[in-house]
Amino acid sequence: MEIKIVKDIMGANEQIARENRQLFDRNKVFVVNVMASPGAGKTSLILETIKRLKGKVEVGVVEGDISSSLDAEAIGKEGVPVVQINTGGECHLDANMTSTALGSLPLGNIRLLLIENVGNLVCPAEFNLGEDLRVLVSSTPEGDDKPFKYPLMFHEADVVLVNKIDLLPYLKFDVDTFANTIRGINQKVKVFPLSCTTGEGVDRWVDWLLSQVKG
Amino acid sequence: MHELSITQSMLDLVLEQAQKAGAKEVGKINLVLGEMTWVVDRSVRFYFDFLSKGTAAEGATLSFKVVPTTARCRNCAKEFKLGEFDWTCPHCKGNNIEIVGGKELFVESIEVE
Repeated sequence: MEIKIVKDIMGANEQIARENRQLFDRNKVFVVNVMASPGAGKTSLILETIKRLKGKVEVGVVEGDISSSLDAEAIGKEGVPVVQINTGGECHLDANMTSTALGSLPLGNIRLLLIENVGNLVCPAEFNLGEDLRVLVSSTPEGDDKPFKYPLMFHEADVVLVNKIDLLPYLKFDVDTFANTIRGINQKVKVFPLSCTTGEGVDRWVDWLLSQVKG
Repeated sequence: MHELSITQSMLDLVLEQAQKAGAKEVGKINLVLGEMTWVVDRSVRFYFDFLSKGTAAEGATLSFKVVPTTARCRNCAKEFKLGEFDWTCPHCKGNNIEIVGGKELFVESIEVE
């Protein structure tokens, strides 16, 4: 006997993501899922963003890594609540891991939650965590052809931060070509070129983020 | 490597549906995979054999229907397979396109006894 099912395999994750979303909404928390390949600058971006938001909005951070708590320690020094998730080999965060971590955060005192996903351009794109905004950090040394290799990630991103623009004089990376390639399949995407090292462009991104949180 | 969690979710879904139907054994699972998801069928088979041991789905055959990454041009409305290093429309050369296929990841049907 054949049984028609036609059900999304990610349904269980989507269900928990919806529950996370309800919890965020009840606590009025704006949630950003930060994704990137390893070394693109996710942690630096989070650190630079936190520094600029001091006194403007209450930030909390979830740090996802396969192992170690190095990043969480660096962020903890900034005086914001941070919780580490070690996925123990899994190459992405899922809604359930996120849900478990939320119990360790004072959600009532947080307006903006930054979730640093595991460094990977494939798997995190599939797993909704219940976020408001999907931010992809893509750095110039990775090349301006990255969207062709990871179309789903670039298709799903709400924002693409082009990090390490201070290295542009040494690289064959064309910011306009890169941005136009992404916009080809993702018309709504916002692109912010910036450098976490020199600080160039970071204020523009943070001001925009703040407008989204307050809006 | 997302195949481990994806296979586990797929198996949970299949067992739940099989139980609802009062089935004792799942003989075949028909899956639809979008090319864009980068889910590797060989890897799903590998994890499935391991995860399904001792369940009603142990030994089930997995069948994969792969959906190519398909785009539709917003300019001329024609559909085409998304190129590997070229995302312009092959018909009108426009670069304003939308993805209409390739993100699928679902269980279409199961065959049970």
